[in-house]
Amino acid sequence: MRSLTGCVTYLTAPITTLKLALIGCSRSPVLLFYSPRPAPFYHPGPKIAAVFTQGPELLAVGGSQLFLHEPETSAAGASVTTPPVVHPACRPSCGPVFLSLIFVSGVRYGELNMGSVTSFFGGLCRKEVKKEEERLFRANDRPYNLSYQYANNAIRTSKYNVFTFLPLNLFEQFRRLANAYFMFLMVLQLIPQISSLSWFTTAVPLVLVLSITAVKDASDDINRHTSDKQVNNRMVNVLIDGELKKEKWMNVQVGDIIKLESNQFVTADLMLLSSSEPLNLVYVETAELDGETNLKVKQALTVTGDLGDSTDLLAHFNGEVRCEPPNNRLDKFKGTLSLDGQTYSLDNDKVLLRGCTLRNTEWCFGLVIFGGPDTKLMQNSGKTTFKRTSIDHLMNVLVLWIFGFLASMCAILAIGSAIWEVREGSVFTVFLPRDPGVGAGLTSFLSFWSYVIILNTVVPISLYVSVEIIRLGNSFYIDWDRKMYYPKNDTPAHARTTTLNEELGQIKYIFSDKTGTLTQNIMAFNKCSINGKAYGELFDFSGQRVEITEKTEKLDFSSNQLADPKFIFHDHSLLETVKEGNPEAQDFFRLLALCHTVMPEEKKEGELYYQAQSPDEGALVTAARNFGFVFRSRTPESITAMEMGKQVTYELLAVLDFNNVRKRMSVIVRSPEGKLTLYCKGADTIIYERLHPSCNKLKEVTTGHLNEYAGDGLRTLVLAYKDLDEDYMDKWRKRHHEASTAMDGREEMLDELYEEIEKDLQLLGATAVEDKLQDGVPQTIEQLAKADIKIWVLTGDKQETAENIGYSCNMLREEMKEIFVMAANTPEGVKEELVNARRKMCPESADEPSVISSRAGLFWLQKIERVEDEKVEGEYGLVINGHSLAFALEKDLHLELLRTACMCQTVICCRVTPLQKAQVVQLVKKYKQAITLAIGDGANDVSMIKAAHIGVGISGQEGMQAVLSSDYSFAQFRYLQRLLLVHGRWSYLRMCKFLQYFFYKNFTFTFVHFWYAFFCGFSAQTVYDEWFITLYNLVYTALPVLGMSLFDQDVNDRWSSQYPQLYTPGQLNLYFSKKMFVRCMLHSCYSSLILFFIPWAAMYDTVRDDGKDIADYQSFALLAQTCLLIVMSVQLCLDTFYWTAVNQFFVWGSLASYFAITLTMYSNGMFLIFTSSFPFIGTARNSLTQPNVWLTIFLTSLLCILPVVAYRFIVLQLRPTINDKVRHKLRKEALPAPAPRRPPHQAYQHPTLRLRLLPRSGLRRPGDVPPLPAEAAPEEPPPVLSDRLSSGSEPAAALPHHRRGSGGCSEPVGWR
Amino acid sequence: MGKVKPGPLARRPDNSAFQQQRLPAWSPMLTANTVLPFFYFMALICMLLGVWLLLTVQSTEELKLDYTEAGTCNLCFEKRKNVSNAAQPCICTAVFNIKKAFKGDVFFYYGLINFHQNLRRYMDSRDDAQMVGRKNNLKSPSSYCMPFDKDKNGVPIAPCGAVANSIFNDSFTLSYMSSSGSVRVPLLRKGISWYTDKNIKYRNPSTENMTLPQVFEGTAPPLYWQKPVYDLDPLDKNNNGFINDDLIVWMREAAFPSFKKLYGVLHRANKPFINGLPAGNYSVEISYNFPVQYFRGRKEVVLTTLTWFGGQNHFLPIAYLVTSCLILLIAILLTVFWFKFGKNGQNMEE
Repeated sequence: MRSLTGCVTYLTAPITTLKLALIGCSRSPVLLFYSPRPAPFYHPGPKIAAVFTQGPELLAVGGSQLFLHEPETSAAGASVTTPPVVHPACRPSCGPVFLSLIFVSGVRYGELNMGSVTSFFGGLCRKEVKKEEERLFRANDRPYNLSYQYANNAIRTSKYNVFTFLPLNLFEQFRRLANAYFMFLMVLQLIPQISSLSWFTTAVPLVLVLSITAVKDASDDINRHTSDKQVNNRMVNVLIDGELKKEKWMNVQVGDIIKLESNQFVTADLMLLSSSEPLNLVYVETAELDGETNLKVKQALTVTGDLGDSTDLLAHFNGEVRCEPPNNRLDKFKGTLSLDGQTYSLDNDKVLLRGCTLRNTEWCFGLVIFGGPDTKLMQNSGKTTFKRTSIDHLMNVLVLWIFGFLASMCAILAIGSAIWEVREGSVFTVFLPRDPGVGAGLTSFLSFWSYVIILNTVVPISLYVSVEIIRLGNSFYIDWDRKMYYPKNDTPAHARTTTLNEELGQIKYIFSDKTGTLTQNIMAFNKCSINGKAYGELFDFSGQRVEITEKTEKLDFSSNQLADPKFIFHDHSLLETVKEGNPEAQDFFRLLALCHTVMPEEKKEGELYYQAQSPDEGALVTAARNFGFVFRSRTPESITAMEMGKQVTYELLAVLDFNNVRKRMSVIVRSPEGKLTLYCKGADTIIYERLHPSCNKLKEVTTGHLNEYAGDGLRTLVLAYKDLDEDYMDKWRKRHHEASTAMDGREEMLDELYEEIEKDLQLLGATAVEDKLQDGVPQTIEQLAKADIKIWVLTGDKQETAENIGYSCNMLREEMKEIFVMAANTPEGVKEELVNARRKMCPESADEPSVISSRAGLFWLQKIERVEDEKVEGEYGLVINGHSLAFALEKDLHLELLRTACMCQTVICCRVTPLQKAQVVQLVKKYKQAITLAIGDGANDVSMIKAAHIGVGISGQEGMQAVLSSDYSFAQFRYLQRLLLVHGRWSYLRMCKFLQYFFYKNFTFTFVHFWYAFFCGFSAQTVYDEWFITLYNLVYTALPVLGMSLFDQDVNDRWSSQYPQLYTPGQLNLYFSKKMFVRCMLHSCYSSLILFFIPWAAMYDTVRDDGKDIADYQSFALLAQTCLLIVMSVQLCLDTFYWTAVNQFFVWGSLASYFAITLTMYSNGMFLIFTSSFPFIGTARNSLTQPNVWLTIFLTSLLCILPVVAYRFIVLQLRPTINDKVRHKLRKEALPAPAPRRPPHQAYQHPTLRLRLLPRSGLRRPGDVPPLPAEAAPEEPPPVLSDRLSSGSEPAAALPHHRRGSGGCSEPVGWR
Repeated sequence: MGKVKPGPLARRPDNSAFQQQRLPAWSPMLTANTVLPFFYFMALICMLLGVWLLLTVQSTEELKLDYTEAGTCNLCFEKRKNVSNAAQPCICTAVFNIKKAFKGDVFFYYGLINFHQNLRRYMDSRDDAQMVGRKNNLKSPSSYCMPFDKDKNGVPIAPCGAVANSIFNDSFTLSYMSSSGSVRVPLLRKGISWYTDKNIKYRNPSTENMTLPQVFEGTAPPLYWQKPVYDLDPLDKNNNGFINDDLIVWMREAAFPSFKKLYGVLHRANKPFINGLPAGNYSVEISYNFPVQYFRGRKEVVLTTLTWFGGQNHFLPIAYLVTSCLILLIAILLTVFWFKFGKNGQNMEE
């Protein structure tokens, strides 16, 4: 073990690794997670956390691919081979370092039949290879490469083969507690002294459950086998002995050179050598890898690109590659290529990953770096953490209770047995001698176990199976819902996790991203500020601002042949300024045309398409294009643009990438005139820090504009440039080259270099891009708020932008008493603000938070701390910015934050990092014990999506990462309403009804045995026929209860959305809790008393109408079981709210099948064939024809059911629940006409209008932002507009989104 | 999933009522209009049923005679206390009086109290395959019969098991003491078991020209039996072996520790029994064999007449009457509640 003596920064040292997450917080130590398993193939394995904490609690757990970023200074992937140990002495010196968490990718490769499920055994069986620390191999040198024993390109995702299937699969299945328990019961039943039931009563259900699972597993595995085989047998051209030969994928070795053609899958992780395209570019689609559909460009080194497609040259290529060992980070690759004594840097740009598809590229050659299991794709096919619902936890606790209860019942009966044996049994030995050596004591001990067998039905095996079926069914409903289908993208909703449904009905907190979630993430260049002058607004003659509508005249770009016809802009002055040749304006657009990562596509001359990874960039480049600076093509070394009709080619010297920490991007170009310029665009705060003091004045003006834009909810970027001199640049480039080929500390060195050159910038101006609010967002938020769900918005945007969005989507309302803004820069300040806010809301609140500690979970091992909700009069809002949030999330302040935030109706956190998002979710999750939901669309939301109980991904513009790590996905935020208020509520209701009924039916069933024990000398005689015991859960009652829990609806979907209050019982756990469980037990206790003693009293002294026997054991068993089944069916009918034909069919069918099966089993034939198994011959015929039997059944049913009806009726009259009220209303009124297209109260309360009426100064702390320029000050909109809006007659599409507000949503309830 | 539809809406879910959860359905609700009439109606039904059943039950006659120590039987009772006297016959007589004539068919039962035929190990201790006449099982009885599967010499027991071994072996002769002297009451001892038992569940091994004793050769009678199974009914050759009615009746184990089993039915062919049992004094002569003192049991004789409803069981009629009253009570309560709280629907307002 090598100890890593260092502190945080040391961890960034690039040592190779498995997985590691490094998380920290300001001024606090670091947590490290690493995987102890040397070969992480398939199996991420358990993470062990080396925790160094004096401060914050554990924030994230392994399983995800996390790596470290250190903002402001350097970004680096921290990777450690050996358990890193941070030297204790270093800890205090770590200083305030912010570490943020970035998810590389939540990619799961499950959909490709490659097997997302990993096998523990797979890992075990594989030979434990010594962990690779660095990979070294030579091209075209198989013998040499083979000596390292790198994995070849064959993959194996299957878990079993023919021989291992049975043992392994059974072993896996018996690891489940329920199965093991039933196995144990079966073993008990094989002991003749104990066996109170025939073996088949347990064996039949167990075998059925096991075999269903086994068949499912087997078919899955066969699928994996076939897909493995198919993939392994794909053919590819491999260069062997100087010739291209067809070879199977699985035979490809590390170091081989292979040729790929267009539209082929990439065979393995390759280093790109050469390609058919100019400049050795290739285009790949990575949809299968990370879900993103846009094409990505990869480029080979020039030195290898020169090899071309000459097999001769390629066959003699003998480069040596040294690179990192296999890992699962998709966006990072580090390595070097040594060729003829020269060393070249290899990075992610030169690597083609398995799982990608080659597009638009005729051919390319690649050198295999990682094969098969070592590829990043396979390394990523890990198991994701398994979420469980609160009902699951409750069920586990209840099952434990039940076990305890079972044990005590058995103990009581065993004591009874002992007493009976001493008093009665010992004298009855004349007729029934005891087995030799068995005394009363042993008999009672044996009867304990016998009763364990008989009473085992309290924990029925079918419970777990049924629960899974119900959840699966309810997940399918979500997939099938047309009202959550978004036709524009052809995207249906999708339940990616099928085990969390009922939790959707219990959500208390929603954490939402803003961009792409609340907004459309379709960007439009809206305004800009160039050299202190603002463009994009229209003014009338008196200098009043004119609202821009659909009818406003658009700019005509027809003179520019390359302009994008869809681009819309209204301000003529900007075009004129550019045309006049204003140098700043030209520089402004030149920057936009040069500084980006957009890929152009020009299939036909003049028909330009841009492939942009971020919609913002696309919007900006398009703007430049329309204003005469057309970005046309790019090569790795140059960018070609049409500047005001002239073609200009810039030499591209360096690209300083964007990332979440840098929050800026720069390019360094050389113009045809030889001028060296650095162009930079980025977040305002970041750029402002790097400006030359000479532009202070301009900065002030621009800040004013920026605030105005942000106030309008626009996304802003600041543009700056810097002229460079040739000498400096030469030196810098050299250092840059060194840094980028370095194997150690590459990222830090680069960051340092970037930091050095990106300073003393000259401000150019700012852009404002509009992101329209999605349809129906305000309505959805309003409905969710009515359902008592608290919504927190966590956004990376500026405070002003976030606030404005808050208003326009109805989260912040003018009715709110006050909106607190937390923007302090010190912990003390934050604390003061938080406490002040709390005092204002609730003056009498205690100083110290009331934390209630309790224990819960299995065996009460889990410690729970809970902060109670505090009552607040009126509604408040809270806006907190990133700096304050960082302080507030610290140990000593986080409870303060939680208390204050939870008192507010709305919480908006701005400038939040992904890690903080997760922290906020964790905080609420931990101390509120409430169910949380996180919704987002981008990679920066992945952390909170994973942290929350339920993660929802919006399948929108920003790739698929959020969706891939989410539990539910759909295309529009407004579907959240339906997901929660309709599907979630129903699922919860159904699950609770199911559990209540299920426990009721099994307890009743079992208690009857208990009562009978007092009549049969505690001898563990069953009341029912063994076959009935076998089939009761499996056949007779399975389908009706499934039918209820798949179809039941208390009120239909329209009423569910109409009355969001219906949602609240779920948040309070009202439908199924420990209390309900106890009530359930008492109810079944009552029922079982009726079900045993009524038949007993009716039968014990009775005979048939012909004088023959009917009080015999078999007839009584038949009577008791028939009574039970009928009562259970009637009870089910009583519980069912929603009677479809299927329910009817299931109930009647089950009853009919009971009689049919019973008559069959008690028939002559069955007895004569299986004499010992069916001794009940003739019982049905002899007793079911007796009137007194039916009179008994009728009486027991009445006595069981009528009290329930009476109780429910009284409760309904005295204290109707919200459900009852709505149902009552629903009966009284016919269903209203389809929900109005725009609910009137929403249409009239236009968010924009409210926003404008609001005294905005109330929002800001004094001295925060300079007052707005006069012409941009908020003002009353022209009355014409508000009239139009409220009448709803005017299409509102042309309005900026925040003004459209609800107008954009014509269908509040959903699509169609 | 499944078929891939072409076109821009390829992934749009089907608009079926099932998938959209719009299946037509009936959603009933507990309202005063349904619940209250239902309760009153049920109360009425139960009342009618109760009265009817009560009248029916009242029309039956029943007489129970605990003869464990009655009359001269106390001598036999004492005798049976000693195991060594088990083989000695003991006959005693009990006397009783019928005040009101038993009209119609009269059924004669013997009853046992506190005899646990429903113990698990007891009930399992039998071999149905043997009793359905399988020759294999005749010679090698099932292990469930242990320890009554083979006798001391290892000879298989037929019928094996604790149930058969403990067969009730008292026999009764009922006499009517009329003014003209004692008349024996004729009892039909056949047709007292279930048809399915007599004809399907119990069969003798196929005789194939052999006599029954020959078939059972090589088997021993159960330990407590005085007679072998093929000689249970000396009067009727066809009532022997496993299809002996008394055996079949005994083998149908009772569900509860106190039970009665049919012994015979009054044969109403001759006077004075054509209309049933006339009132008067009766004596029953008991061949007192079955020991009950070990387990503190009692033995009794039951004479009863029947209706369509079976014997004289007062429970159901009374239960129906009580239930009816309860339902009525609840119904009134519900009505009051409804009037006070539910009628104007103010609780239903939000």
